[in-house]
Amino acid sequence: MGFRKLINSKKLLSFFAAFMLLGTNLLMAQTEAGGAAAGQAEAPKVDWTGVAYYVLIFFLICLGVAIVGKILKVYDLTLKMQGKKGLNWNTVMATICIVFLVAGLYGAYWSFTEQGSMTLPEAASEHGVKIDEMFTVTTILTMIVFFITQILLFTFLFRYRHSDKRRAHFLPHNNTIEKVWTIIPAIVLTILVVFGFFTWQKIMNSENLKEDINIDVTGHQFAWELRYPGKDGVLGPKDYTLVTGTNNLGVNFKKKASFDDLRVDTMYIPVNKSIRLNILAQDVIHSVYMPYFRVQLNAVPGLPTFFKFVPTITTAQMRSKLDDPKFEYTLYCNKICGGSHYNMQKVVRVVTEAEYQTWLSRQKPYLNDALRKELHFASANEQSNGSTNRLALNN
Amino acid sequence: MSTSAVHDHEVAHHDDHGHEHHHDQSFLSKYVFSMDHKMIAKQFLITGITMAVIAMILSILFRIQLAYPDKTFPLLTTLLGRFAPNGRISPDFYLALVTIHGTIMVFFVLTAGLSGTFANLLIPLQVGARDMASPFMNMLSYWFFFLASVIMLSSFFVQKGPASGGWTIYPPLSALPKAMPGSAEGMTLWLVSMVLFVASSLMGGINYVSTVLNMRTKGMDLWKMPLTIWALFLTAILGILAFPVLVAGVVLLIFDRSVGTSFYLSDIVLNGVQQPFEGGSPILFQHLFWFLGHPEVYIVIMPAMGISSEVMSVNSRKPIFGYHAMVYSLIGITVLSFIVWGHHMFVTGMNPFLGGVFMITTLIIAVPSAVKTFNWLATLWRGNIRFTPAMLFAIGMVSFFISGGLTGIFLGNAALDINLHDTYFVVAHFHLVMGSAAIFGMLAGVYHWFPKMFGRMMDEKLGYLHFWLTFICAYLVFFPMHFMGLDGVPRRYYAFTEFASMSKWLTINTFVTWAAIIAALSQFGFLYNFFVSMFKGEKATQNPWESNTLEWTTPVEHLHGNWPGEIPTVYRWPYDYSKPGAEEDYIPQTVPYSQTMSSNLPHDFEDNPAGLEALNKYASTLKANEQVK
Repeated sequence: MGFRKLINSKKLLSFFAAFMLLGTNLLMAQTEAGGAAAGQAEAPKVDWTGVAYYVLIFFLICLGVAIVGKILKVYDLTLKMQGKKGLNWNTVMATICIVFLVAGLYGAYWSFTEQGSMTLPEAASEHGVKIDEMFTVTTILTMIVFFITQILLFTFLFRYRHSDKRRAHFLPHNNTIEKVWTIIPAIVLTILVVFGFFTWQKIMNSENLKEDINIDVTGHQFAWELRYPGKDGVLGPKDYTLVTGTNNLGVNFKKKASFDDLRVDTMYIPVNKSIRLNILAQDVIHSVYMPYFRVQLNAVPGLPTFFKFVPTITTAQMRSKLDDPKFEYTLYCNKICGGSHYNMQKVVRVVTEAEYQTWLSRQKPYLNDALRKELHFASANEQSNGSTNRLALNN
Repeated sequence: MSTSAVHDHEVAHHDDHGHEHHHDQSFLSKYVFSMDHKMIAKQFLITGITMAVIAMILSILFRIQLAYPDKTFPLLTTLLGRFAPNGRISPDFYLALVTIHGTIMVFFVLTAGLSGTFANLLIPLQVGARDMASPFMNMLSYWFFFLASVIMLSSFFVQKGPASGGWTIYPPLSALPKAMPGSAEGMTLWLVSMVLFVASSLMGGINYVSTVLNMRTKGMDLWKMPLTIWALFLTAILGILAFPVLVAGVVLLIFDRSVGTSFYLSDIVLNGVQQPFEGGSPILFQHLFWFLGHPEVYIVIMPAMGISSEVMSVNSRKPIFGYHAMVYSLIGITVLSFIVWGHHMFVTGMNPFLGGVFMITTLIIAVPSAVKTFNWLATLWRGNIRFTPAMLFAIGMVSFFISGGLTGIFLGNAALDINLHDTYFVVAHFHLVMGSAAIFGMLAGVYHWFPKMFGRMMDEKLGYLHFWLTFICAYLVFFPMHFMGLDGVPRRYYAFTEFASMSKWLTINTFVTWAAIIAALSQFGFLYNFFVSMFKGEKATQNPWESNTLEWTTPVEHLHGNWPGEIPTVYRWPYDYSKPGAEEDYIPQTVPYSQTMSSNLPHDFEDNPAGLEALNKYASTLKANEQVK
């Protein structure tokens, strides 16, 4: 069946009409279907900008394109009938190239200003500032190359479009030019490599220092578990073979260091203190990702990793900077770990030292009554000596 | 480099094939189980296109989820059944969609569809061989690929759906069948499919390398090979060296899944139950995977580079600028691509010093890439540019390669990667540099060599429309994603609106989805053009683009053995376009220098003193004639 025949087909048109009239209820998007599912009396709201609406728009656009195509064809034929040359598609394409260049450059500029302003603000950690500096340098260098090469590419296309009156320039090679554009990128990349290498080494080769605040972050499907050391400042050892329903991190309570460890729901960290995240996973690979602090490291089962950073902007300060009273720093999972991967989060709150101590004093020990019972330890009341966790950490 | 064509073999081979086209062939032997490299190329292309359409539809499905995370589409339940209950794709199936989309596009379209098509079509035709070194193995290569494709797609019909751990299938997610629905039978099928796929790639690759090395026609020394052949040849070497490592990794993964070994597993507690695995490391799999995975990027992009170089030279009517530099940069990329894999693992917790080393090697690879880009620009400079659809797609490839390549410098820098890893910045980067650029290279090849494959021309106007819609939409889709990545939006999130800080990207995501839908719809214009032109397109002439390479010396009608009678001898490189003094603006490789004395240059005779002497004699005769005048 020819294309013309196909679009004139009564069956096809009837199908299309039926689709538009009857298909909408079935096919279009419905908003707030959850409400309907929950048994609310209200019928689901029908969104008329659903699939059928867009299909119609698409067909209209196609029609527009087809009409423009026909007009061009008629114009082309008219020219030929008048004994003139037909449409020069090389010129048409070259012109579109230059239009694309101008529109594209404006689009890139618009994108940088509009969407660029939606990206992360200044880093909220010490090393993050260094990363941002490197990012700025890399952006400037690469954008210079981007704009120059794209402008040359599309300008050449327009300037050297086909003409029967001239021949292309025979230029198979030029060693001097080739050396220049091999050496210049090599120098630029060497600069980036050297700065990048030393920045990376500084970020990653952190020694374990006494004053670091150690926090255990353990990922499992689909949550993060946080453990802080108690007053001894040391996290007790863990062993996956000790995992039970109550001791779901597998903390080894045969070791004294484990007794005072704390279990917390929200990650509180004091500003301007060195934080060491001990990152672990129980089942599959997860990834600790805190973009505002420029922190990311995978949580790998059987392979504990750690990341050290110093937060520099408190949550309150960031709320003020962003003019968003509800802002929270968040710890995401950045590695596929299963269906609920997209919602595996933990709130991170950067606070002052005093706020941190206050919060810490309210936290409950990991070794709770259920665990004591399971491990046949003496009960909490018997053990209690009335002390708090105020002296807990490495401050 | 010395001439190494095996001429004696060719003579014998020619005798074998000279009359083969007269043999009666059944439908099955001609179209299905064909051993003719040209038919196998078409089989790879059409299967690749089919897989691309499927992958495209999958991508539209998950883009709808991203654009309308809070809306329901009853049609989705009708189409997808249990995978989209209540009119919404389930989170698990969302991950399956991104996984299979990535797998199909990387392996089945951009590796097999691209290399399989053009290596099969062009290697024998452009080097002057009757067929591949082993036609039977070549046929097997296609059928293993086909089987792998069927198995991959069949995973949609198993109970828990296809694999869903991302196209990189990192263990433990892929090693523990109970870890998620996509870790069950679907993952087994993924692994089986991949083993067959690699077998196919190896059979193809060995054929390509042996054909290029052993079956070049008389005169076709390595420095006379078109850049397409260099690219396909080096790509085949990459595949032969890298793919077996993936198979090794996959086999160990199958052992971990099924036999209870612990190559990649240790200290696992799944759903509160301790698993009996000790001593393994998931990171080991990542090393093995990326040892293939990064060369794979170049397996995908190098054929596109070769095709674009060829198409740009032909349509600029200019020699490709810096042919030798282009070849050396391809070789440089090939070698370096094996020592950069660690940049995919900067944040896995591997030794930071090793990360630093990988950062250095990664950024070095940008140098040959930059050389290639500048050489393409120089090829266009002062050209006489014909805007065929193929040329436009080649230009698009260069544009995407620049845009996507530059963002690779960010990701190759380990310190910057800390914040960009696994965000939409990465998605934007690789979709531009190895998705769009490679697809555009492939489409440039399809439009350029369509007359060679089917003996007919494609419709140019539809080609123009196809190009501009796809080109503009690809930028509209991927450019904004960089900014989402810079805001720390993780990739593969089913519902990013769960986070207040990410909800601001909803409008952009809706915009991106509609741009993607328009791009996808415009591909149907291409499909219409492709299949209608195959039967009803204008009949092609023998050399419609006025090209220099050998494939255009074969008859329009295909015959097994490619050339009736002798295989032509090659005398010159493939890029003698617009040579001063020549009558036409192109001189095919088969034209001896003795026939083009007016356009010969001293360096044409670098290895041929007799020729140089003849040129000097010709010059002095001309001079004498002028003096007489």
